[in-house]
Amino acid sequence: MFQPLVTVLGKAVRSAARLRGGGSALPGLFVEKISPDFISRTLSDLPYGTVVISGTNGKTTTTKMVVELLESQGLKVFTNRTGSNFTRGVAAALLGEVSLSGKLVADIAVLELDEAHAVKFVSQIKPRYSLLLNVMRDQLDRFGEIDATAALLTKIAEATTEGVVLNREDRRVAKIKDSLTSQQVSYFGLSDDLLATFPTDDELHGGKRAAAKRPAASVTLEKIEPHQATFGIGNKQFSTPLKLAGLYNIFNAAAALALVAMITKSKLDQPNLIKALSNVQPAFGRGEVLTIGGQPLELVLVKNPSGFRLGLASFPPAGYATMIAINDNYADGRDMSWLWDVDFSSLAENGVAEVSGIRAYDMALRLDYDNIAVEQIETDLAKALRDFIDRHPATPKRIYCTYTAMLALRRELAKITEVEVIS
Amino acid sequence: MSQVITILQLYPRDMNIYGDHGNLLVLTRRLERYGYEPKVIEYNPGDNFPAKVDLVVGGGGQDSGQSKIQDDLLKIGPQLKTMAEAGTPMLMVCGLYQLFGKFFKTKDGEIIKGIGVLDIETYGKSERLIGNIITESPFFGQIVGYENHSGQTYLSGDTKPLGLVMLGAGNNTDDGHEGARYKNVIGTYLHGSVLPKNPQLADFLIKQAIISRYGEFTKPPLDDSLAEKARAAAMKRPR
Repeated sequence: MFQPLVTVLGKAVRSAARLRGGGSALPGLFVEKISPDFISRTLSDLPYGTVVISGTNGKTTTTKMVVELLESQGLKVFTNRTGSNFTRGVAAALLGEVSLSGKLVADIAVLELDEAHAVKFVSQIKPRYSLLLNVMRDQLDRFGEIDATAALLTKIAEATTEGVVLNREDRRVAKIKDSLTSQQVSYFGLSDDLLATFPTDDELHGGKRAAAKRPAASVTLEKIEPHQATFGIGNKQFSTPLKLAGLYNIFNAAAALALVAMITKSKLDQPNLIKALSNVQPAFGRGEVLTIGGQPLELVLVKNPSGFRLGLASFPPAGYATMIAINDNYADGRDMSWLWDVDFSSLAENGVAEVSGIRAYDMALRLDYDNIAVEQIETDLAKALRDFIDRHPATPKRIYCTYTAMLALRRELAKITEVEVIS
Repeated sequence: MSQVITILQLYPRDMNIYGDHGNLLVLTRRLERYGYEPKVIEYNPGDNFPAKVDLVVGGGGQDSGQSKIQDDLLKIGPQLKTMAEAGTPMLMVCGLYQLFGKFFKTKDGEIIKGIGVLDIETYGKSERLIGNIITESPFFGQIVGYENHSGQTYLSGDTKPLGLVMLGAGNNTDDGHEGARYKNVIGTYLHGSVLPKNPQLADFLIKQAIISRYGEFTKPPLDDSLAEKARAAAMKRPR
């Protein structure tokens, strides 16, 4: 179909979907159906090409970081900011940005894509760069085994035309290099001291990792201190204050730095890069902080065992009232097995104030077997949230929640406080 | 001094996917709550096989994990078989359920030998059977869990199905049953983990272990109201 017409129709569906308060996927689906090559035509003439970011954990925050870091280098960046990381989410985001003639005014596109959808995407549009973060146990009901998920990431790397950035500390991701021939490869990694802070799924039950024998990384996370971190870039070290919270976000900052260094090459403006990094705020629901009754309320998205473990390790429970909300909708993953791979003993001393979500009782049962006291169990998220806030008015609050539980909680929170609207 | 019950956990390093760790946690906590002292021995390839074991658990793994433990499993197979014949309770989930059978024939036609504790054969298929599952067991009532496997298992001889499938696929796409039981050995495809939401199954294993070690089991039942509510919620969910 004629491109401007597709754009006009798509934009109309987008406005209509927004009027009824709908999500980002519907207009994208519409454009995908009537003009399957809308995305590739729109992205094909960007001077710095397209970047794909994929992996199990931290896609959304890493993409946000990469965008802000590239902007610090003077580039105009297009991205699928909504976290709707399927192809139709990209189409929907494009509709918001293109002119009526279908032209995208940008230097580079940075796209967060779910592993399986990324494979579909790269079969149509070859990215110039890709950043592959990690392979963790997540939504195994969708992908089968983690080795199969690693194979999906390998396909993304193979379709990349110029450069691939890989996680040196994830053995399945690091191994992707072996299947690459023409692409430039660089790594992000951890200092030897920090390796133990980030156990992989393979090390969960007794596996051990040797600190030696790893390839050189272009960027390493050297040290984490409260609200501050030190990165090694090339052979120099930079300490910078950070607004980001969460160990995984800080490690992924190393990933973002490595990718931006690869894209900008010798033109890299390091002072501006570090300054931009220090200003990055967490993405919505990823350590996002809202204010309720004068007290902070943190939303921590948890999707898989490694993410939940790192979340618990990142945010000490003392002085906080804790709520956990677990849904099992398709986007959350239907299988509850993953809760049994998380050690909740750090919550034992302060207990858990509220457990909610469709699978509230699975979560309560899990906590019971870790001998952790639970004050209240309420499957209805809106009721549970009100109850949680009412019973702990003068305490900072933290909610660990799965994806669809987070979306529902944010809708409820928007009724009582200011919440950034995600379109 | 409370009485000790020794649990042998098979291959926790390589066969630990899908939260099967939850099964071990449930067994140890319930033993504590019944007033016993659980002792867990982790067995990995090359370790010495312990002499005194009351209960054996094993989980599923990636295909790559399976190939790492295969040779070692064949070595300790005769000991496990003797224990099974003597009535030792065992719970084998997914990957180790398959390898407790006679063989696993992969999609490519490769035969992976099992230890033959269970009279079952498994064939690798391209279709993956994934989703919530509910079965009705003649031994343990309704069992709920989550299955995720591409191997399809066929039973024969003295090995009986663990349950009939009410929702889901089970052992294979032909027979309509799930899991296997021979004496006190239970094999199943169910994750979830399977024991937390099926305490009747956990208690069966525990009681068998205690009775054969100490002669009798007389403790009052534990409060399983959370498990009951979690079961009820799980049974209402789509496949």
